[in-house]
Formats: sequence, C-alpha cells, structure tokens
Amino acid sequence: MPKMTLSHFEASLLFALFTSIVLGIITKRTDPERIRYAAYCFACFIVAIFGLGWLMYLGHG
Amino acid sequence: MPDTSKEAVPAGKWAPAVALAWLIPGGGHFLLKRPGRGALLGVSVALMFLLGLMMRGAMFQWQTGDLLTTVIYCGGFIGDMMSGIFFILARAFGYNQVDVAGHVHDYGTKFLVAAGLLNILAMVDAYEIATGKKD
Repeated sequence: MPKMTLSHFEASLLFALFTSIVLGIITKRTDPERIRYAAYCFACFIVAIFGLGWLMYLGHG
Repeated sequence: MPDTSKEAVPAGKWAPAVALAWLIPGGGHFLLKRPGRGALLGVSVALMFLLGLMMRGAMFQWQTGDLLTTVIYCGGFIGDMMSGIFFILARAFGYNQVDVAGHVHDYGTKFLVAAGLLNILAMVDAYEIATGKKD
C-alpha cells in the first residue's frame, strides 16, 4: 500500500470533510437540512483550524 | 415520569440492520432502503480508514493498567474495531504498524479510530430508522 504524507492542514481538512458529511447525514431529517448542516459543520471546523493555528502561532512567541 | 406506554421494538426488527451497519459501513442503510445515505456513509468511513492506513497509523491493542492507559488503549481498540470489515481485513492481511513519532503517523492513528467512531454514529442512525424513530 502506498504511503501518504499529508501536512497538518491537509489532514485536518480531510478529517473535517468526512466528519461533516457523516454529521450532516445522521443529525437532520431532510436533504436540504443535511446539506446545510454539513456545510455549517465544515465551516466550523475550518474556523477552528485557523483559529487554533493562529492561537498556537501567537502563543508560541 | 417516564412514558411506559411505548412498546419496546423487538430486536429482530433492528438487530440485522445494526449488525450489517457495523460489518459493512453504510450497509444498514442499504438494508433499510436508504442507498444514498448508505453510500455516503460507507464512502466516508472507508476513505477515512484507508487514509489512516496510508498514513501508517497505529492500531490500538487492548491494554489495561492505570485509568488513563485503560481509557486510551481500550477505547482506541474499540474505536478501531467499530470499522467492521475494514478492521477485520486489515488485521487478516497482517497490518501491524508500530506507534512511531511523527505528525503523519499520529493523524493516521486518529483517522483509524475516527472511522470507527463515525461508523458508530451510522449504526445509531440505522437503529433509529429501523425502529421508526427517524425516516
């Protein structure tokens, strides 16, 4: 099996994508609601990734 | 006061869907005639597990000791195991990556566990559909 090397950003982006898809499917009852919620979760993940990234960068000094 | 008027749904109605959902991620939804949702769940769990393998993530072994060790290793093992057929195949083909330092391996380990955790959510969803709590 080929070995894959991803950066922190790429790995967390993929994690956010798959998790958002599953959360969207299982939590809502209609397809438009599912799509909206999955997009919302993905956006929250992205905000958290950048927010925590900057926090660690600034906190590191 | 809890409502006791509701009848318990017989296990025969939901157990096959939940068992299939564990063995083949998304399979429970296919059995319950929700192929679209089943395919998306199956692909998500499969890709997450596959990426975990390709990043050479470590699989947890059942290990007890102090509380933290027990929670991490036993919880991790259960998380790995919940990926169903992917976990069984990986073990059958001898996948045995030792835990090494490095962010890629770390992500791989987390991807392997997260794939199982996502499949638990899919199993709960299959249960709710099978018992009529959800469409």
